[in-house]
Amino acid sequence: MSYSANVKDMIETNRKNSKLAKFEKMIPFLLFLAASISVLTTLGILVTLLFETVLFFQNVSFREFFLQSEMRPLNPTNPQFSILPLLGATLLSTGIAMFVAVPVGLTTAVYLSEYATDKVRRILKPLVEVLAGIPTIVYGFFAFTFVTPFLREFIPALDRTNILSPGIVMGIMIIPIVASLSEDAMSSVPNSIREGAMALGATKFEVAFRVVIPAAISGIIASFVLGISRAIGETMIVTIASGSNKNLTFDVTQSMQTMTAYIVEVTSGDAGAGTTAYYSLYAVAMTLFVFTLAMNMFARYMTKRFREVY
Amino acid sequence: MQYMDLDAVQSRMTKRIFFNRLSKMLFLASAFFGLIVLAVLLYDVVSDSIGWLSIDFLTSLLSTNPDIAGIRGAILGTVWLMVIVGPVTMILGVCTAIYLEEYARPSKFTTFIQTNISNLAGVPSIVFGLLGLTVFVRLFGLGSIVLAGGLTMSLLVLPIVVVASQESIRAVPAHLREASFGMGATKWQTIKNVVLPVALPGIFTGMILAISRAIGETAPLVAIGIPALIIPAPSGIFDRFTALPMQIYYWTIDSVMVQEYAYLAAATIVVLLLILFTLNSIAILIRNKFDRRY
Repeated sequence: MSYSANVKDMIETNRKNSKLAKFEKMIPFLLFLAASISVLTTLGILVTLLFETVLFFQNVSFREFFLQSEMRPLNPTNPQFSILPLLGATLLSTGIAMFVAVPVGLTTAVYLSEYATDKVRRILKPLVEVLAGIPTIVYGFFAFTFVTPFLREFIPALDRTNILSPGIVMGIMIIPIVASLSEDAMSSVPNSIREGAMALGATKFEVAFRVVIPAAISGIIASFVLGISRAIGETMIVTIASGSNKNLTFDVTQSMQTMTAYIVEVTSGDAGAGTTAYYSLYAVAMTLFVFTLAMNMFARYMTKRFREVY
Repeated sequence: MQYMDLDAVQSRMTKRIFFNRLSKMLFLASAFFGLIVLAVLLYDVVSDSIGWLSIDFLTSLLSTNPDIAGIRGAILGTVWLMVIVGPVTMILGVCTAIYLEEYARPSKFTTFIQTNISNLAGVPSIVFGLLGLTVFVRLFGLGSIVLAGGLTMSLLVLPIVVVASQESIRAVPAHLREASFGMGATKWQTIKNVVLPVALPGIFTGMILAISRAIGETAPLVAIGIPALIIPAPSGIFDRFTALPMQIYYWTIDSVMVQEYAYLAAATIVVLLLILFTLNSIAILIRNKFDRRY
């Protein structure tokens, strides 16, 4: 008798299922809507930036924006809009950051992947990655209240706000990006290649620098590029510790304003909507967006295109 | 007959071995460099906060007088912000991941969505802030309220949740799915009853990472225009607010005028770091506890 009861159950379930079937058809559509949010976000960024950037270039010529060297957005009589001082400060701080992050990050990666035992690596790698989890505002505080006064002991000419100290702190923030991604690339080099070199009498150092690094070079370069992109987009450290002087100079002891810090200054300042200073915000953001996007795409291209397959 | 000069080989080898030993020590030192800086940073912050971090500091409201100023408003602001970020990123992120992993057919458009998500993860947070300012604050006319900040933050951390959820859905073994289909379950039933429960720990870990990123992120909030004014503690998502990182920012830059503000900023940083530390410990616990192999 239980047999017929089961059939009854099955029929009933099937009837329910017909309702369920409609629901089932709806599901992919609903999920697709959720997935399209990310595309909409990109579109939103592009449209808002483009729209206001076009408005900006109706008031300011390309020549002025890219070729002149004066940035005085809020000057009441003769405002000037040139991105060069901001671009210069961004590139300078990024350069300082990479000057710290590349040697330290790369040698950390070599140590973790070539010298460290499994046990040491399993403890050390997450610890190094903690550096990447510290909010950037905390690094900003550190650069402003500790690193700058510390550096002033050695470089008396250092301004209270300068590009050197945030550059160094940004480098420290980027160490885990370089170290972790490079280590991943080096670890994926097969052991047989290492063993071949060692059998020929190479020391570990020679194996690392003549065999492993050349084999993992695409991943390593990708990690540098991602680090650069991170440094270009970094906001709070430079906003706090490098001040708001729009200087076009290579003197790292001076206060300079990066593109990101400029955006912060204008959004939190008095530039009302509709003024040229307000639109300049979007032109600068557009430059920033294009730079970082190009870097990220290049990094992905490097890892995909030049990945050695063993 | 001697083919090589043994002395020359020997001296060259000694050099190479010495160099190898030296570089090993140098590289170890370099691996510890980051950790030493981290230790200095923590010491600096904690030593600055001593004497300022107290229960009163956590429970009293903002003030221009550093002796009585507290971060009750900032804590509540951060909590309300997460009330938005949590559900929004959870729903959007998991749904996007399910779509990409389970439903989307391999096509140009699917690849486009996928590329788009990894590109979004690399967009500087200040640009997201500008998007929030233009769309949520100005276009939708929300103003600088919790909802606008929360939505901006959600878009910023969404890629983290999507990628983590995708990885953890992909890791669900095929035989579990096949068993469910074999029992007559439909695709959605399989996803809901088999795939998601197995993938849940991974999704939660991704969520916690996203939330901790959102808690510490400052630039988008600055961009959407959280003012440096004394704002009453928010009591809902439509209130104006300040948040922990914003408070750190304003106290840090104002410390030029009032030295004590630097200590208040340090105390707030300790609170922020403790919150992040707790969240990440929970994430590690979840990962260790539920990391089952099938």
